Amino acid sequence: MTNKLIDLHAVAALVPNGATLSFGGFTTQRHPMAFVYELVRLKRRDLYLFGHSPGGDWDILIGAGCVKRVELAYEADEAFNTVGPRWRQAVERGEIEWEDYSNFSMVSRFAAGAMGIPFMPIRSLLGSDLLRKQALTDEQRAADPRTSPKKLHCMTSPFNPQDQVVLVPAIHTDFAVLHVQKATVNGTVRIEGQTFADVQQALCANTVIVTAEEIVEEEALRHEPERNLIPFFAVKYICHVPFGSHPYAVYNYYDYDPLQLKEYHENADGDATFQGYLEKYVYGVKDHREYLVRVGGQARLDQLRAAPGYGYNPELKRRRL
Amino acid sequence: MAGQDYTLTELMAVIAAREIKDGEIVFAGTGLPMLGVMLAQRTHAPNCCIIFEAGTAASQLAHLPMSVGDPRVMREAAIAAGLNEIFSYVLQAGRVDVGFLSGAQVDRFGNINSTSIGPDPRHPTVRFSGSGGACDIACLARRTIIIALHEKRRFPEKVDYVTSPGWLEGGDSRQKAGLTRGGPSAVVTTMGVLRFRPDTHATYLASYHPGLSPQALAEATGFPLDTEGAAETPAPTAQELRILREEVDPERIFLK
Repeated sequence: MTNKLIDLHAVAALVPNGATLSFGGFTTQRHPMAFVYELVRLKRRDLYLFGHSPGGDWDILIGAGCVKRVELAYEADEAFNTVGPRWRQAVERGEIEWEDYSNFSMVSRFAAGAMGIPFMPIRSLLGSDLLRKQALTDEQRAADPRTSPKKLHCMTSPFNPQDQVVLVPAIHTDFAVLHVQKATVNGTVRIEGQTFADVQQALCANTVIVTAEEIVEEEALRHEPERNLIPFFAVKYICHVPFGSHPYAVYNYYDYDPLQLKEYHENADGDATFQGYLEKYVYGVKDHREYLVRVGGQARLDQLRAAPGYGYNPELKRRRL
Repeated sequence: MAGQDYTLTELMAVIAAREIKDGEIVFAGTGLPMLGVMLAQRTHAPNCCIIFEAGTAASQLAHLPMSVGDPRVMREAAIAAGLNEIFSYVLQAGRVDVGFLSGAQVDRFGNINSTSIGPDPRHPTVRFSGSGGACDIACLARRTIIIALHEKRRFPEKVDYVTSPGWLEGGDSRQKAGLTRGGPSAVVTTMGVLRFRPDTHATYLASYHPGLSPQALAEATGFPLDTEGAAETPAPTAQELRILREEVDPERIFLK
């Protein structure tokens, strides 16, 4: 047993400028937001992000000027807003480098990296411009080992000349950062509900950082090993961060926060209002505890708490806020 | 809609529901498709099951999700896993009967753009969220249904970026590209329903919504619209409207 507990600020500070990262979660769920806010406060620059369907975790990092290049399938808070406002603007203003894939191709890329193989064949993308076109030039790719030298490769199955597949290149990142329901100080991790691509993202990273709602005893998770998906020896650091995904949802713990998401989306379009949002909720607070007070403290957080038997709050007011 | 006791969103949700057959495996995203599947489950297709790409199959939704990863999709699901399991073992394996898609532009062969507007995607005038799972569903579901706003600029001769392949250039071009199954079967728009001729795979107008004419749709379409044989879209029944309003979306998350 090793004690892998570390302070959130200290572990975020280990990420250098120019690092490659992926974050767990999916659109409006289980992003490691407390960690993301730390990266913004640390003013990290030139980060390379890899993801399938991120949401505001990427949007706030892109808007704060922390990101140089992304490889993705989608970036939005889904039904809360059809496109991430800072992502949209960064592309339209030429302030970010990116490459477009689909969710299946990105997840297959993480899976290939996690399995230690160079690529994965899939039957998707055929006939699409995701296959025909690329946003990064060959020169940009050749110049930077953090990006695959080739976006995709089409081939015929060696076993059947009628069978066409697309090979997607493996991803290996410096860091994967997950936010989960339960973890032990030893690095055993319990994800409840949908797992998204957290397991593949973790297992293709050099350094895995896990922030958790609860730190529990090792025996509590070893009692049901079939519910644990990432072995402790693949995890380097553990942080205890209650409400660490706010304003996003954590199944069985709390719902997304429609009021906070509304405030973000009302402010994220304009440069000055977005800066105002950052000042109020990120730069203007010392740490995640202060952030939680700033968003409304215990009274607000209690409104988000998941009801037993649901895993979310069935009474949550989601419209006409 | 003027003079009618239902809204356009309600009409489109009802049309989407009627496209689903009992027992089918349905791959749905947030918004209108979810309304359609939940209505179908409560009317003619009690055994259809809904797949969410973030990792669940056969949810028994009690509250409308705002994301396919929403904790609400966990409600009495048959399995909870992740994207890899859903995309590999369910979608790519050929187990999805029908998938719902939408986008900013749709062309006459049902190719969809949800990436960006402008001739050069490296320097777009407008950028969108991106494919998400849409391209994968378009390639790998057994058929797809497209939901779209019917405006001339949204129905161009050619989309600026093929995010989700439909029938490509028509005829057998989809098969020639290596796609062995699937293809769009209907485009449910704010003005009518388009379908595809079996040989050319070009769209034709199957129905126009109550109060509209085939001419109005042709004028709102950026390519010549084949309107031969088009009929009026059947209106929602009182029972469909009651279920939609009282059971499917009483919170009015998506219903307008």
